[in-house]
Amino acid sequence: MIEARHLTKTFRDKKRGEIHATEAVSFQVVPGQIYGLLGANGAGKTTTLRLLATLLQPTAGSATVAGFDVVRDAQHVRAHVGFLAASTALYGRLTARETIAYFGKLNGMAAEDIQHRTQRLADELDMHEFLDRRCDKFSTGMKQKTSIARTLIHDPVVMIFDEPTVGLDVMAARTIVRFVRDCRARGKTVIYSTHVMSEVEKLCDVIGIIHGGRLLAEGTLEQLRDRFGEQEMEEIFVKVAGEEG
Amino acid sequence: MNWKNIITIYLKELRDMLRDRRTLISMIVIPTLVMPGLVLGIGFVSYKIVNQARSTVPAVMVLGGEDSPKARAALAANQRIKIIPTTADWKQRISDKKVRAAVEIPSGFDAAIERGAPTAIKIYNYEGEMRSGFAVGEVRRFFTQYRDKVIAARLAERSLPVTLIRPFDVNSENVAPPEKVGGNVIGGLIPYFFLLLSFTGAMYPAMDLTAGEKERGTMEAILSSPIARIDLVLGKFFMVLTASLSTVLFSLVSMGLTFVIGGAMLARSGAAQRAALPSLDPFGLLAVVGMVLPMAVLFSAALLTISLFAKSFKEAQSYVSPLIIVIIMPAVVGLLPGVELNARLALVPILNVSLVSKELVSGVWHWNYLALIFGSSCVYAAIALALAVRMFNREDVIFRT
Ligand SMILES: Nc1ncnc2c1ncn2[C@@H]1O[C@H](COP(=O)(O)OP(=O)(O)OP(=O)(O)O)[C@@H](O)[C@H]1O
Ligand SMILES: [Mg+2]
Repeated sequence: MIEARHLTKTFRDKKRGEIHATEAVSFQVVPGQIYGLLGANGAGKTTTLRLLATLLQPTAGSATVAGFDVVRDAQHVRAHVGFLAASTALYGRLTARETIAYFGKLNGMAAEDIQHRTQRLADELDMHEFLDRRCDKFSTGMKQKTSIARTLIHDPVVMIFDEPTVGLDVMAARTIVRFVRDCRARGKTVIYSTHVMSEVEKLCDVIGIIHGGRLLAEGTLEQLRDRFGEQEMEEIFVKVAGEEG
Repeated sequence: MNWKNIITIYLKELRDMLRDRRTLISMIVIPTLVMPGLVLGIGFVSYKIVNQARSTVPAVMVLGGEDSPKARAALAANQRIKIIPTTADWKQRISDKKVRAAVEIPSGFDAAIERGAPTAIKIYNYEGEMRSGFAVGEVRRFFTQYRDKVIAARLAERSLPVTLIRPFDVNSENVAPPEKVGGNVIGGLIPYFFLLLSFTGAMYPAMDLTAGEKERGTMEAILSSPIARIDLVLGKFFMVLTASLSTVLFSLVSMGLTFVIGGAMLARSGAAQRAALPSLDPFGLLAVVGMVLPMAVLFSAALLTISLFAKSFKEAQSYVSPLIIVIIMPAVVGLLPGVELNARLALVPILNVSLVSKELVSGVWHWNYLALIFGSSCVYAAIALALAVRMFNREDVIFRT
């Protein structure tokens, strides 16, 4: 369960002055649901997700993730969240197994549990062949599987994906999409940011269009189609963002 | 604060670093090579220079004295200087360091001595130039002996004893421990290198573990794990400290080996050459390492703080490299003659350790100052560490754009 209430983040920048990265963003994601956060560059997607993952502190507003407040209970929030961003990388000098075990330990897991869970994740993601090789020699696909495994090691109830398919080829992107669906099937609460229209169409149960730091429209794909009288997500997006601009 | 998490972070960073060739070079190879190079290099060069200057007979010109064949002949017979033909540009030649000194014998020198009339020898030299100094010393020694002979002859003529004008002799003997003598020559330099190495050893890992991680994108993943920031900082800090201290340790061990092996080799090739190795008090040296300990904490924490601010490894380098000057400056001031330890200087970081180390390696223990310096260093180190923790809690630093 994710609940954002008027989440606001203002950055102070020497050159640009005050930047309202998010302004009073409110939404709700329930377990077994994928919430798609759709927005252009600089719309405020990463900021929103970082606020939920407690990497940033909100300037105003609040949010609860898995029942914990992101400000008062940040550590508990993080213990129940898996955060995967395109920008996050792996330690090149560690093997896949060491990487996964490291995050397991940081999540307070016992060595035995880590071992079992690694075994299971490696089965599911077909990782056995490269489990004990160093990450710096990995193909993009292998890196991605390792990243997924390290995010999932502690079996979080909430998954946060920040543009996870950026820079991936079709096959690799499909692996991710399949994996995100898997998460939903297991009853996890999923929030997924992207600027790719087709991804939200295929994947998301509820879509929120964010632009200039504000959540301008929200609903299922059907609801948005009805409301804006357009079939294509791209047209809907342009209508929403265009009205604003 | 959770020690289990701190240890998890530390062990991961340690494993990561030990697999990195660049760390191994900065942590092991450089300190292992630098110290013997320094000790042997300085010892060898200074020995060589002094020896060469001593063994080559200095060239000296004689000005005038054509009417004093006796003095000239005696001077020419002296094996320890070489009389070369006089030229008109003798001053220039001394300036050019082609001639070490010139000695002026006044006209009628022999005759004046004969008569017992006052007369004087004048020596021209290149002030401050070592080899010119040696030449002057030789010329002086010669004329002093020559004068003694004249005096002895005059006393004998009057049947007076030599003790009449020389009632007693003045002799001097060095009783300072040999460590003290060696310590003064090079002693300040070696502890200073420990300071420098404790800094350079921390430099690379501090930048890699902060700015490097930010740049590679691994930092965000760690921050989204449930560990507290303070655990993350301390885990990383202990790793940087490990790198710093092992750099010092490796240099200490390699220096010890240099002294043992180098000393044995020199002893075999002639006892006199042992002087080429600087002699240091081993316990003083260990105490220096003890004093460097809080400095290593200070450096590690400060370097972490500064490089965390950078967005990339390159940017971190541009902040950290100029700091080497900050390390070198106080240490160099500590090496200057005349700068002596006092209560106020004992509170100046780096300079205080540099000053007290100079004393320690020459076997002198100022317990009060040692306590003051160690204590103040610990306070500075704690402040730096607290600052590092603060820095890791600032999102505008972690996510600087
Ligand atoms: N740490 C920061 N300091 C200052 N400004 C920031 C910071 N992080 C983000 N911003 C600014 O806030 C705004 C929103 O950025 P954000 O990264 O959330 O957008 P985004 O939707 O993720 O964009 P993208 O598609 O480029 O990833 C942008 O104008 C960005 O420049
Ligand atoms: Mg983004």
